[in-house]
Amino acid sequence: MRRIINYAPRAGGRVILAALPFVAVLAIYLIASNARLAVEPNDKLMPAFATFWATLTRLATTIDKATNQYLFWWDTWLSLQRLFLGLGISALAGLVLGILVGFIPYLRATFEPFFAAFSLIPPLAVLPILFILFGLGEVSKIVLIVFGIAPFIIRDVMLRVASLPAEQIIKAQTLGANTWQMIAGVVLPQVMPRLIDSVRLSLGAAWLFVIAAEAITAEGGLGYRIFLVRRYLAMDVILPYVAWITLLAFLMDYGLRRLAAAAYPWDRIKAA
Amino acid sequence: MTTIILDNVWKEYEDRVVLERVNLALDDHEFLVIIGPSGVGKTTLLRMLLSQEQPSRGRILIDGEPIAAEPTADRGVVFQRYSVFPHRTVLGNVMLGPQWAGAPVLGRFFGARRRELEARAMALLERVGLADSAHKYPAQLSGGMQQRLALAQALILKPKVLLLDEPFGALDPGTRRSMHELVRDLWEENAMTIVMVTHDLSEAFLLGTRVIAVDKPRRDPQAPERFGATIASDFEAKCRIVRESRRFETERERVRLALVPPASTDPNSLPGDVSPARALVKD
Repeated sequence: MRRIINYAPRAGGRVILAALPFVAVLAIYLIASNARLAVEPNDKLMPAFATFWATLTRLATTIDKATNQYLFWWDTWLSLQRLFLGLGISALAGLVLGILVGFIPYLRATFEPFFAAFSLIPPLAVLPILFILFGLGEVSKIVLIVFGIAPFIIRDVMLRVASLPAEQIIKAQTLGANTWQMIAGVVLPQVMPRLIDSVRLSLGAAWLFVIAAEAITAEGGLGYRIFLVRRYLAMDVILPYVAWITLLAFLMDYGLRRLAAAAYPWDRIKAA
Repeated sequence: MTTIILDNVWKEYEDRVVLERVNLALDDHEFLVIIGPSGVGKTTLLRMLLSQEQPSRGRILIDGEPIAAEPTADRGVVFQRYSVFPHRTVLGNVMLGPQWAGAPVLGRFFGARRRELEARAMALLERVGLADSAHKYPAQLSGGMQQRLALAQALILKPKVLLLDEPFGALDPGTRRSMHELVRDLWEENAMTIVMVTHDLSEAFLLGTRVIAVDKPRRDPQAPERFGATIASDFEAKCRIVRESRRFETERERVRLALVPPASTDPNSLPGDVSPARALVKD
């Protein structure tokens, strides 16, 4: 009898084990749903998969009269637009500010404590301020995302810059590099993989802020739709939407991971 | 011609004296090795030569001029670790210096200039034995190969002074031996000045033409930080006149062999081996 940590599944077993929780959750839902539907065929809390499919097809293929759009795709487009704008601005701000503040001692002494304090402000608490300042339109939603995740990305990039070995920076100087060349040729390429990781880690938070902002006010969006149909207990819309958001988040995370691997092969060698 | 002068150099951190009264005059084409116990200030001395740190008193002159207040391209360096850039290939690492000097904004050459530089970098990589690994990343190289790369990267700019901070400290003995040969040959070929810090005594006398030991001459048991270290002893490990006559003899032999018909010459018998030099104590 070996210690329990010394038993490891084989490759094939690993896939089955990984699929097991997913299958279990689906099975439990199916059983519970069937049991409820057997008692009350109009039960709204746990619709059957056929109902999900019917609702989703309706939302994706018929034009909504009020908005004159295919609701499912319209919601997806609006939410993704907000998410990408917010994430993009945050990543760009994180990259530029993080590198400058992390690399230049005077900027670092000035702004590092400020960013540290700034990142502790709860973004949802200032959401009313954003609505007052920027109105109820798109700007306040995007500012909320930026407010929520940019400080984290800035600090993460800053830490990465600070953790570059001093020897590398000295060596670059003995090779005649000026400050710009060191930023462009030494710091930036080594920070990029970390930036991508930090965007990946921010995806969850970014979705949170998108949905929170949409829940309060919007004309459309995945979060808006979920909160709208909540009034009718429309679980047949909410659950597929949640699954769809999860799938989108997973695809983005996967895409970013592949991008990092393809664009920065040296980073993976180091990790291996 | 490169001469280095340290003129009454001190290094103090607040009330802690690290180095005091360091005076040194180094001739052209010397291989200076700095030895001494751990934490005594050998590396601080090297960092001051590099302008990574500034002396708190005194001055450092190279060719009679005070050195720049920041690291510059006239002083190359190889550290024990982290001397190469992990995000560039071996060839890319070697090509960095000239590209930075020649392309201030993009830091990158194109076309004919790039091909010319590539050829030069490849020749240098060939010299240090890394031509086969030109397109690998540093993380794929062994420790010794990374140090070879760091040497090539520094040498492509032909620095006046090459500073080595325990460059072989992390290498295994076999690799270390081959690195010794490489560094000594490169030093001869490029006729430059090398300053190396090590705590390996045999390495110091094997490579150095001049070896200085840094230690604290005075000690106050109540306040050990009160006195700093200085040059405790100064050996001329390989007499300049012996070195020069040997080089002269080698050159004469080469010319003589060149005059002899090629049939009788065997390139392996060139008398280029280093005869064991006697250590002479100067003071």
